[in-house]
Amino acid sequence: METLKKYFWKILCIILLVYTIIMGLNGQVPRQSILNETVRNLYFHVTMWFSMIFLLISSVYHSVKYLQSSNLKYDLESNAYVETGLIFAVLGLITGSIWAKFTWGAWWTNDPKLNSVAIGMLIYLAYLLVRSSLPDEQQKARISNVYNIFAFVIFMVLIWILPRLTDSLHPGNGGNPGFNSMDLDNRMRMVFYPAIIGWTLLGFWIANIKIRLKKIEETLEEQE
Amino acid sequence: MKSNEIFVLVKKELALEWRQKFALHGLLLYLASTIFICYLSFKAKNQAIHPITWNTLFWIILLFTAVNAVGKSFTQEHKERNLFYFQLFKPESIIYSKIIYNSLMLLGMSVLGILFYSWIMGNPVGNFSLYLFALILGSIGFASTLTLIAGIAAQGENSATLMAVLSFPIIVPLLLLLIKLSKSALDGFGFAENWDEMGVLFALDLIVIALSGILFPFIWRH
Repeated sequence: METLKKYFWKILCIILLVYTIIMGLNGQVPRQSILNETVRNLYFHVTMWFSMIFLLISSVYHSVKYLQSSNLKYDLESNAYVETGLIFAVLGLITGSIWAKFTWGAWWTNDPKLNSVAIGMLIYLAYLLVRSSLPDEQQKARISNVYNIFAFVIFMVLIWILPRLTDSLHPGNGGNPGFNSMDLDNRMRMVFYPAIIGWTLLGFWIANIKIRLKKIEETLEEQE
Repeated sequence: MKSNEIFVLVKKELALEWRQKFALHGLLLYLASTIFICYLSFKAKNQAIHPITWNTLFWIILLFTAVNAVGKSFTQEHKERNLFYFQLFKPESIIYSKIIYNSLMLLGMSVLGILFYSWIMGNPVGNFSLYLFALILGSIGFASTLTLIAGIAAQGENSATLMAVLSFPIIVPLLLLLIKLSKSALDGFGFAENWDEMGVLFALDLIVIALSGILFPFIWRH
């Protein structure tokens, strides 16, 4: 019973993702002009951003915890969440780019949402650079967690506020309706919401493994 | 007590700058020569370049000047003296005083910059008071964002590179909003049509200043 409790969320994650892939590829979808079958990408593109945001929020939470306690454990966790979030951002960019090719006709369009995300990636790459540039553990942790919190706030402004001030091809901006209002019917909701939960759980699972790996590396270094 | 501390520190920054004028002169020269290089390379007579290019170019020049100007905030003085300030003042007072001082300096720079820029590159701006207002919001925004980044970059070994890498992506939202607002001023729109942009800019400035006040104590304590 104990083990079942411990692994419950991992099992849930696997079930949800298998369900997402099977239903996402085989389920009924509404026939929209232009979008047609590509609308299935909703389960694999939009969900990436959802889980990235959850991972980054978790990272900021751990950064705050670190600054309060100066416990390097939290710094390690916050760093792992950022790294996992970046993986999901790359996946989101790739799936988005494929979707854009089939619906808008280009791999990359000069669109505020796309550009914002690209800049967001630059911000987080700079975060990784700061980490590698500082040798002292405590100093590295303090500086990079401060930067992480600052970066998160700016990133939120970048992806939530700025695109809404400009016109865009991307759904949800400048008079272009989001999926929720018009196109997302109940059949899709039945897959979309579980998909969000499934991918997010997968993200936390990866981060979890990363944290454990980092802890092992640290212990090994200490022993040497 | 606290506002008094900030006032004293701003006065100290001003006095320090006034005593070693070469830093200020260096920045002015930097600004002027960048503008002149742009003028020479575009071969821009009056109104010869497109207004959008004119606007974007000016903001990019300002951005580079700001990164240079603010980047030295924490490296200018000796480590020992920073330790001295650390014992005397609250960290919040130090960061707020630096932000105030940097805002004032950047405001001066941008006003001188726009005058010199208009003098040699022409001035297609339709609504100059709105453009000046964008400059004020811009100076405060640049100063507040970059001061915290400068504090972070000063901790590393290669602080000039670190400053550039850290600040450019972070400053983009601000820069985009500023270019949008000033483009609007360029086209001759007034304050009434731009409440949205000004509101967002103002809110962004406030958020960044508040965040600096919260986060700076953690990097100052080393």
